[in-house]
Amino acid sequence: MTISNESRNDLSPEKLLSLYKNMLRIREAEERMSDLVISGEIKCPCHLYSGEEAIAVGMCSQLSSEDYIFSNHRSHGHYLAKGGSMKELFAEVLGKETGCSGGRGGSMHVIDPNIGMLGSAPIVAGTISLALGAALASKIRGDGRVAVSFFGDGASGEGVLCESLNFAALNKLPVLFVCENNLYATHMPISEIRVSPRIVDLARPFGIKGERVDGNDVLKVYEWASRTVEQCRQGNGPVFVEFLTYRMRGHVGPDDNIQGAHTDIRPKDEIEKWRKKDPVTRFERYLLANGFSDGRFDEIRRSVVKEVDEALAFARNSPYPNQEGLHDYVFAQ
Amino acid sequence: MTMSSPNRKLSYSLAINEALHQMMSTDSGVFLIGQGVKSPWYVGNTAQGLLERFGPERVIDTPISENAMTGTAVGAALAGMRPVAVHPRMDFMLYAFDPIINEAANWFYMNGGRRSAPVVIWGIINRGGEQAAQHSQALHAMFAHAPGLKVVMPSTPYDAKGLMIAAIRDDNPVIYIDDRWLYNDEADVPEEVYEVPIGKAAVRREGGDVTIVAISYMSVQALLAAETLARKGIEAEVIDLRTLKPLDEETILASVRKTGCLVVADVGWLSFGASAEIVARITEKAFASLKAPVQRVALPDTPAPMSAPLEKAYYPMAQEIVSAVEVVMAYKPA
Repeated sequence: MTISNESRNDLSPEKLLSLYKNMLRIREAEERMSDLVISGEIKCPCHLYSGEEAIAVGMCSQLSSEDYIFSNHRSHGHYLAKGGSMKELFAEVLGKETGCSGGRGGSMHVIDPNIGMLGSAPIVAGTISLALGAALASKIRGDGRVAVSFFGDGASGEGVLCESLNFAALNKLPVLFVCENNLYATHMPISEIRVSPRIVDLARPFGIKGERVDGNDVLKVYEWASRTVEQCRQGNGPVFVEFLTYRMRGHVGPDDNIQGAHTDIRPKDEIEKWRKKDPVTRFERYLLANGFSDGRFDEIRRSVVKEVDEALAFARNSPYPNQEGLHDYVFAQ
Repeated sequence: MTMSSPNRKLSYSLAINEALHQMMSTDSGVFLIGQGVKSPWYVGNTAQGLLERFGPERVIDTPISENAMTGTAVGAALAGMRPVAVHPRMDFMLYAFDPIINEAANWFYMNGGRRSAPVVIWGIINRGGEQAAQHSQALHAMFAHAPGLKVVMPSTPYDAKGLMIAAIRDDNPVIYIDDRWLYNDEADVPEEVYEVPIGKAAVRREGGDVTIVAISYMSVQALLAAETLARKGIEAEVIDLRTLKPLDEETILASVRKTGCLVVADVGWLSFGASAEIVARITEKAFASLKAPVQRVALPDTPAPMSAPLEKAYYPMAQEIVSAVEVVMAYKPA
């Protein structure tokens, strides 16, 4: 599987490499966490984003730190792509006071309001309406921000999605509904939970423009985002995208949910088919074919591994929250 | 600022209306969103004049989508606004438990204090009028159960205005619960902007024989009951709780330590409700002061009926409070 050259020539080499590096940062973080779950050092549930990096990176490359995003249980990629701190992410997942949520939230509750990442939650579809509200706030203030709601195919079963599509369209809110369809809602393949596999069609009755895009091709994601974010910002109303993708790990943790293993969900040949479309290696092949040298990749890889090493060391060396702080943050004072 | 003319009377519902006008005119982050904000069917006259004055951008009547609409208010709060989301029958709020409890109530804690949701979620208890089980419920105890939510329940026009203003200014999600049975009550309400502090009960009447802790509309009934009791030689101290959570334990404890007798009157159901919590606190912290078993006046563990005679039997009033006090006062230790 290769990436075609259509309409990509406007991207500078620096931009291309920054997309690559940001995808690699997420991949390296997720795979390191996978090891740490296996070794027992991480105990909180981590829904790993490996295989879906192109979506968060492509989308966030078109957002400013003033724009808002809300995420779901599979939150690390969105947080990092928006500009979240690697150190605070690792510290959070290890339950440390220095984590982005002070060790009170863990993997499923990462946040950084300073960069417009207003939070994440594992109640499937629970943050869709929150993004709607952030978009409404932007519209009332007239400040030109957009809000992005990242959610999965599982959320398409929640009524609040349709409620939100309707209200967004009625009020032409600057919100982007970004569905990451990785074909599984926890343990359920999409064919068992939806009559139609085409989630994008949900937008149509509400008059919302929707597209289905290859979510494992960072340049296609980038191209979609570059067309739609500005339209949305200019007050043309909400947009919807269904990015087709695949989680390389299972629903939660390192387990890949392969058939025959105890989770027994995904056929081996399906996993192999998607592995060929791995967004990171696919983009590497594209870059190689377009004149980038292996040496550049090595340099980036080294810096990413170093960043993750340092983040993990920071997290390990950070203190746990004091037990006296158990009741901190119930109420804002 | 206009200073209030002496003895200016305002109804409870117009006191809420004045609070909304004043907060929307002084803070551009405040907006009102909910089903029926354009319709007196739903919100009486609490929203009158707002749409004309502030426009549809900030006075937003919505589709019937309680989950998404409440979530929208919560999300706007997370993005820096001060929304007021209204549910004209609080029964509808059950559709919005996710944004209220999973999201708004937990957001500040589970994100280590990085961002709170300063949203007011206003639910109207809509009892009586033969509206039956799904348009009459008082669900305050359910919200008070969840950490991270404040729950206020004003019973006077003065508090209706002052608690709405305090709720809007609070940095946390506040559940503001009023009762249609209070809407026409009139009393002195200052014209200026003022807050009634959240978490402070009011002693409405002093008395040394028995403490009546009352919630919302039952405060009105408790004062009527106290008059009847006074004619019988019993001096009741009436505490209007005003805020359910955080509970003003000090005021209740001080009164019970003085009187040694307690009746709790709630607008909600008897079992596992607000009255049980108040009684539990008293037995934990003032057991030695109690001279008699506590009595509770609350709705029976039965859904709200429709037919008028059944409604009359269902809702306790002043007479039931009087009877409960008499039971307490008649207690003779074995």
